[in-house]
Amino acid sequence: MSILGLSIIVFFILNLLLGSISIPMMDIFGILTGQHCDNEIWRNIVLKSRVPQSLTATVAGAGLAVSGLLMQTVFRNPLAGPSVLGISSGASLGVAFVVLLSGSIGGMALSKLGVIGEVTITLSAIAGSLLIMALIAFVARKVRGNVTLLIMGVMIGYIANAIIGVLKFFSAEEDIRAYVIWGLGSFSRVSGGQTSVFIILMLFLLPTTFFLIKTLNILLLGDSYARNLGLDIKRARLLVISCSGILVAIVTAYCGPIVFLGLAVPHICRGIFHSSNHSITLPASMLGGASLALLCNLIARMPGFEGALPVNSVTALVGAPVVMWVLFNKRKSEV
Amino acid sequence: MMKKKETIRVENLSTGYHSKKGYNIITKHINASLFSGELTCLLGPNGAGKSTLLRTLTAFLPPVDGQIFISGKPLFNYSDAELAKVIGVVLTDKLMVTNMTVDELVGMGRSPYTGFWGHMSDNDHRIVTDAIDLVGISNLRGRMVQTLSDGERQKVMIAKALAQETPIIFLDEPTAFLDYPSKVEIMQLLQKLSREQAKTVFLSTHDLELALQIADRIWLIDKSHGVTIGTPEDLSLSGDMSMYFHREGVTFDAESGMFKICHKLGKSVRLTGSNAPYHMVKKALARQGIDVNNDSHNPISIEASEDGYTINGLKVKSIDELINIVTDTIDS
Repeated sequence: MSILGLSIIVFFILNLLLGSISIPMMDIFGILTGQHCDNEIWRNIVLKSRVPQSLTATVAGAGLAVSGLLMQTVFRNPLAGPSVLGISSGASLGVAFVVLLSGSIGGMALSKLGVIGEVTITLSAIAGSLLIMALIAFVARKVRGNVTLLIMGVMIGYIANAIIGVLKFFSAEEDIRAYVIWGLGSFSRVSGGQTSVFIILMLFLLPTTFFLIKTLNILLLGDSYARNLGLDIKRARLLVISCSGILVAIVTAYCGPIVFLGLAVPHICRGIFHSSNHSITLPASMLGGASLALLCNLIARMPGFEGALPVNSVTALVGAPVVMWVLFNKRKSEV
Repeated sequence: MMKKKETIRVENLSTGYHSKKGYNIITKHINASLFSGELTCLLGPNGAGKSTLLRTLTAFLPPVDGQIFISGKPLFNYSDAELAKVIGVVLTDKLMVTNMTVDELVGMGRSPYTGFWGHMSDNDHRIVTDAIDLVGISNLRGRMVQTLSDGERQKVMIAKALAQETPIIFLDEPTAFLDYPSKVEIMQLLQKLSREQAKTVFLSTHDLELALQIADRIWLIDKSHGVTIGTPEDLSLSGDMSMYFHREGVTFDAESGMFKICHKLGKSVRLTGSNAPYHMVKKALARQGIDVNNDSHNPISIEASEDGYTINGLKVKSIDELINIVTDTIDS
């Protein structure tokens, strides 16, 4: 656990140090500690780009990983995760509705509205993701088998994308551009005051998931055993699903859809700690998610790529093999 | 032994599922009691409503009609949290948990007692250890649940139910999927728990003969006859056992209290001899549809004793060889 914590610090510092423009280490520490720095451009890069980006990656990674863990427990499905089950698509759909339609119906581009626009985007992402989450929860009760649920999630994702495609057709060009950029997924899109709003929101939400530890552990045994142990199943499911949905929604609203991170991290943590106990896996996923997000962000920004590599390509490269590994391991039993 | 006490009383209970067309009633008008210190088995063919009845008694399903009283208090007056301290269950549900130790899983049985964070006190740990010892799986404590055999996992779930410290334990087919020695072991364990811990143990099973030997009380259930309750012996003598399990080729032998497969016997031979060899030869002949008839002027005469087997004076080494000669001779 402490190694995970340490890795966050190391990756965080590396995120500050490395980038397409090289800034001497001493100057970076100087800027961070508030000392005077002659180079105004360096100052801006560090304070307005690298620091917010690193902080965003940290909490976003933690949020996605925790959300993935909650989904895997509540659906009792090792392949559950924000992007795989189409929850991110739901959030995208919500965002697409307001971003793309605000221009043609509301008469003004939301991308120019500032704070109000940001709040609207967040709320629509939450609405979209909870809608899909409710749908998946409904489907999960009807169908047995992990692969079926997985395919349903992928199909829901296609449908959401199809609707987004139709919406794009009716939208103003600048709205489409704003949406496409959002859809690429990035920890750097959040800037200035929005970063602090995002981080404060997440710092409030992430610790609340600790209240769910006992509930999550009981849910591991399956609905019938959980009920027999005195758990109010409907309430517990609702709580866990909404917590998970809101986390994904907020991260997606601010960073765009980030794939595979939420699915992969809980598996890596269970693998490292050989435990399913949430008093271990929950904090471990939080730390692991933050660490992996920082690492992916670092790779995406490696000198040479010049920031051209989307963070999603990196997370997919890390996450997709984990999905394959899970499928290989589970093929004998339930998948 | 402790004086037995009525823990569950069922009055005019009808079980079934609520469907769109109204109620789909499966079993009607059950009046019965379950007692502490007793092992009760629910027997019946597939689809007779065993699971439905069990689910109704554990409050997973609401009763269609009638009342269930637990320690004198109506079942629906219990909250989920209260019920968790009264009824423990062992189910057929497949356990999907991996990376959880036996210790942790049995510890889950303490969750109705632990606080908000699920932290286990020293007392909780002691109860878990006791439960594990009682079931006899202390050698499995550190093992991950996904590495256990079916029988071992069943014992772990029984230990979980014990850690839950409930006076009543319901088990849904605890002996299914187990090999025969494990079935016997689980049944003996449950009997021991009912006796020594004064638990009310109620289980559904398909293992008829085992249930007849171990159960204190049997609930027979099927679609056409409803529910009949009694000790295995009373049910044998009253003819209920034969009635419930009447099938072509199976008879219930009231004398031994066991089921017997009745072979269609057509042909016959003379058989003399004594003890086990005699009975074994008789059994092997019956399997071939050959009866024993000593009066007849039968052309085939067999002698079976500890000294060996002879057929029409010819000595043979094994029953296998004997049967081959008999079938050849009879057919020709």
